[in-house]
Amino acid sequence: MAYSVTTQTPASRIASIAGLILIIALVALPFFAGRGPIQDMFFILTMLVLAQFWNLLAGYGGLVSIGQQAFVGMGAYALFGVVILLGLDPVPSILLAGVAALIIAVPTAFFAFRLNGAYFAIGTWVIAEVVRLLVAQWKTLGGGTGTSLPRSATKDMWFVEIIEETLGVRSAAARDILAYWLALVLALATIGGIYWLLRTRRGLALAAVRDNMEAAKSVGVDAARMKWMVFLTSAFGTGIAGGLIYMQKARISPDAAFSVTDWTAYVIFIVVIGGIGTIEGPIVGVLVFFALQSLLADFGSWYLMTLGVLAIAIMLIAPRGLWGLFSERTGIQLFPIRRTLRGGKLSETKE
Amino acid sequence: MIWVDTIIQGILLGGLYALFAAGLSLVFGIMRLVNLAHGDLIVMGAYLILLLVTLLGLPPFLAAAVAMPVMFCLGWALQKFLLNRTLGDDILPPLLVTFGLSIALQNALLETFSADSQRLPTSALTTASVQAGPISLGVMPLLTFASAVLVIIALNQLFYRTELGRAFRATSDDATTASLMGIKPANIFATATGIALVIVTIAALYLGLRANFDPNIGPARLIYAFEAVIIGGLGSLWGTLLGGIIIGVAQTIGAAVNPEWQILAGHIAFLLVLLVRPRGLFPRAND
Repeated sequence: MAYSVTTQTPASRIASIAGLILIIALVALPFFAGRGPIQDMFFILTMLVLAQFWNLLAGYGGLVSIGQQAFVGMGAYALFGVVILLGLDPVPSILLAGVAALIIAVPTAFFAFRLNGAYFAIGTWVIAEVVRLLVAQWKTLGGGTGTSLPRSATKDMWFVEIIEETLGVRSAAARDILAYWLALVLALATIGGIYWLLRTRRGLALAAVRDNMEAAKSVGVDAARMKWMVFLTSAFGTGIAGGLIYMQKARISPDAAFSVTDWTAYVIFIVVIGGIGTIEGPIVGVLVFFALQSLLADFGSWYLMTLGVLAIAIMLIAPRGLWGLFSERTGIQLFPIRRTLRGGKLSETKE
Repeated sequence: MIWVDTIIQGILLGGLYALFAAGLSLVFGIMRLVNLAHGDLIVMGAYLILLLVTLLGLPPFLAAAVAMPVMFCLGWALQKFLLNRTLGDDILPPLLVTFGLSIALQNALLETFSADSQRLPTSALTTASVQAGPISLGVMPLLTFASAVLVIIALNQLFYRTELGRAFRATSDDATTASLMGIKPANIFATATGIALVIVTIAALYLGLRANFDPNIGPARLIYAFEAVIIGGLGSLWGTLLGGIIIGVAQTIGAAVNPEWQILAGHIAFLLVLLVRPRGLFPRAND
């Protein structure tokens, strides 16, 4: 029997079948769920995307950013800009939102990479503030008070009419369903893309840089290039998510779109609670986060206080998060990236 | 003449920012820890002073003196029981724990004191001004700046003239070797954070006397403090003062041109320094 190198485990094979069934169920959700659950799922999926990209940055790239709101806000404003000023359709504009975030990510990285570790974190935050203050000066998009997407643009959006006819729903509900499906595609592409990236040569290099930068450099990994790649990828994805979130909201203001609480604090808590440095972590984290939010929604600031204290407790007691605890006990990984040797005389498994 | 006035006001404002930054600089210099809750601790200090003023009827300066030992103990305990556990090679735990602390503290203040903005009671002293030629200077801004200079002189004396300062420097250079000489790094770190929170109390006093405050302004104070520290160069206290002055002058000049540009001008000055001198104006040799 020939040797083979694989990253699959029995658990991951079961997970991929279960995942496929879950995806089919999620795609079909609008056919039997009401508008409330669709909006909740949209929120969960978009937060999941933001969390995955922050996790890629911090968990794999070792770059703790507190300035992700710069890319959410920039993506959102780029979408509003091209829709309002150029009259483009909002759906394809989502891609341009990613491009806009990518464009501001280049100078951001140029400045922020001059700062190390903790100072990088606050540096990204300062730059996000600069972008927010500059955008607030943009009078054609409402300046500090913000603006709305014109009704004509949201009414004739791509696919909305087809969804209205096939599902027999009103225009507003059809827009929510469209946003939900786009969020689902984005979330699947994000998880799939990050999983693919981590299994390639680049992913190995990334893990090496995270574990020990000097050692990684000594075996020929270009650490600086890996940092740039991770930072730009994450900015692009975060910008797309920002564009999509505000396409669904259809109303924007600088303070909301560049909110450090909504787009960075929540995201950090999701990743830390779920488990940093794993793909499963943000998935677990976003579900815990949503459950907590539903439970504590009526208690205002107690909710954020609980999240803060919970994040501190998890960081001290179980730094690998809830998924890390589970994975350590059971050895189960749904997205394994460790390569194992199978087959031949070395193998003990009957394959 | 208006420009001279603007620049002098900016320099005096820089004193306040240097007070915000001195505690951050001290803690970073000794244990390489960046406390993301620093701004919220300043705001908490201001509320503590306000509480003493309203409950006991103390004048603000006396209330701050009473608050100082309380804040010292709080900082000591915070470091000893929480932050010391996060120190190590991995930069994630201290960052994420202090970020969690920042959010928790902000919302605890919001829950206790509501979102209404508050102010420490003003007296004749706080509104007085002195005439220096054609320029009128507020006594409060002058006092703030003088306090910043005094705090920095005191910290430098502490660092280079006392036994505790020697222990600080030794632990900062090499905690393991220092512990072989009978120094307990955990206690040294706790004392350093305690002292940082005493400086935070002084900063909080002038913050509360100068303008309104509410539970949400902490992060912005953290950002100004951080900019002052980076501009000055990590670990240099006089550099931190100069950093504060640069931010202060940039802000007042920005505000003189267009009131909406005040904060933006400060950030842009910071980015320009970062562009020209990535390690700040007075970087320490080994970092």
